[in-house]
Amino acid sequence: MVMDNLQSLRYSLPELTLFVAALIVVLVDISLKSQRRFLNPLLTLLSLILAGYFSLRGGAADAGLFQGMLATDSFAQFFRLLLILAGFLVVVGSLDSDELSTVHTGEFFVLLLVVTAGMILMTNSTNLAMLYLSLELVSLTSYIMVGYLRTDRLSNEAALKYILFGAVSTGAMLYGFSLLYGMTGTLNLYAIRDTFMSQGVSSFNQYTLLLVVLLIMAGFGFKTAAVPFHFWCPDVYAGAPTPVTAFLSVAPKAAGFGILVRFFFSGMSQATGTQWNIMHGLNWPVILVGISVLTMTLGNIAALTQNNLKRMLAYSSIAHAGYIMMGAVVLTEVGLRSMLVYLFVYLFMNLGAFLVVTVIYNSDKTFEIDDYAGLLRRSPFLAVAMSIFLLSLIGIPPFSGFLGKLYVFGAVIDRGIIWLAVVGSLNAAVAAYYYMKVMKAMILDEGDNSLPPLKISPINLSLLVALLLPNILLVVFWNSIDRWVTASVKLFNNSL
Amino acid sequence: MITLQHYLLVSAALFSLGIFGVLTRKNAVNVLMGIELILNSANINLVAFSHYNSANMDGQIFAIVVIVVAAAEVAVALALVLTLYRLLKTVNLDQADILKR
Repeated sequence: MVMDNLQSLRYSLPELTLFVAALIVVLVDISLKSQRRFLNPLLTLLSLILAGYFSLRGGAADAGLFQGMLATDSFAQFFRLLLILAGFLVVVGSLDSDELSTVHTGEFFVLLLVVTAGMILMTNSTNLAMLYLSLELVSLTSYIMVGYLRTDRLSNEAALKYILFGAVSTGAMLYGFSLLYGMTGTLNLYAIRDTFMSQGVSSFNQYTLLLVVLLIMAGFGFKTAAVPFHFWCPDVYAGAPTPVTAFLSVAPKAAGFGILVRFFFSGMSQATGTQWNIMHGLNWPVILVGISVLTMTLGNIAALTQNNLKRMLAYSSIAHAGYIMMGAVVLTEVGLRSMLVYLFVYLFMNLGAFLVVTVIYNSDKTFEIDDYAGLLRRSPFLAVAMSIFLLSLIGIPPFSGFLGKLYVFGAVIDRGIIWLAVVGSLNAAVAAYYYMKVMKAMILDEGDNSLPPLKISPINLSLLVALLLPNILLVVFWNSIDRWVTASVKLFNNSL
Repeated sequence: MITLQHYLLVSAALFSLGIFGVLTRKNAVNVLMGIELILNSANINLVAFSHYNSANMDGQIFAIVVIVVAAAEVAVALALVLTLYRLLKTVNLDQADILKR
């Protein structure tokens, strides 16, 4: 069912809330000069909670909104909640960060609200024009957030690198869209699929189709930081303020995977029961398999030699993009479920690791792994917390990262692609080395004995606990997570 | 007689020139010009396809959307280039190399 504009409004309440809240925060920021330091984050957090409430209460209708521009379904519902949660945690994490406390942060909260709404629109887009517009909305706001420290050379160069790389990638994607429009005569994903099905893929030029898929992957690969579109990632992660880095490493990546799934599953394959079939002659999973293997291998190998923790986590986030992509290539509901589980658990472990980086930068002004020596003596809690986040990133069983790996490898084996699971687990073993290296520095190395114990502010302490709990306890609530993601893999399928 | 193929050739040439410009130029402003070429090559495609092949106006509307987004993108990019100039007194991208060290 496709709804008209007025009917659609009530299904878009979360996004509307975020956009209106962004405007309110702008007004408060320029008019209430004395209370704004306190009001800006409070309003931002409240509006995120309100948006989360609306998306929970709205339920998951299965429909096309705004004349087929957007879709609302349980898949969209999942990403709404995930992205709003990510935005909420990042706002709390940015409250006490030395990097952001030197500048005025009113616009930061506005940008964060806008980018969250943009990411939700991006994962729901079912029209190429809407897809491009929302992807650019997310990109443009992230460029500004990366370059937020105007007087800092590192931040500025990172943002410049990000925008030049991003503009070329999305430009290539746009060229791919224009070719796809030329071939099918429509911008709607479902109409594109129907054209391919009714005319037969073989009636189109095979090389042009391949070129189109490659060009479009440039845009999606840029958002998810997949090889070979990952070059911006380490530099941008290293240069951006740490809360922004934490945000970039989870939220736009999740949104990128959301739109990747929506585009390829809805627009370029046929849904049949619990799986999707590729159309003969349009074998895009082959390209994704290649990108996935390259991404995790290159990400992990490059991470081995990093001394800067932010850079190391950047390469590790590239590697994780490779694991998540394994869930897309199998084209089954099991695979889709594994992606959602992975994105969900990845949110807590990666935000946690970056929060520890923020806390340590607040007191020591360093990102070097060597300077983490002796952390166990200076702050046992922080060292243990970081170890749990890292073990979770490796995928060691009691922690939630294990769930993600289990689902992804399970989905690949389920489909009989054993070699891909082997490559994935070899990669996970390589990854264990560089995560353990950080743990060794924190726990075994002596470090400078004259350094005083490390102080953690109450805000950061409570956020750390809030991020630790899911990492430890999600395994206990395995059943509910499984039920939630199983209900979330129903893509809106506008069949004729 | 100008056919669809002529438009597609022009847009492919513009796209290639844009990529070439982005890869070879050292001046940040020149790189931005290359990016504009890439976006406009897609616009030519969209409008040409809309005119010759398709019964709807989708492509032309999309082209307008792209023009608006391109303007916003250039605004952000130029702001960043200006900040770079304030910090370094140059817009040469080769000298913006602090992240490589």
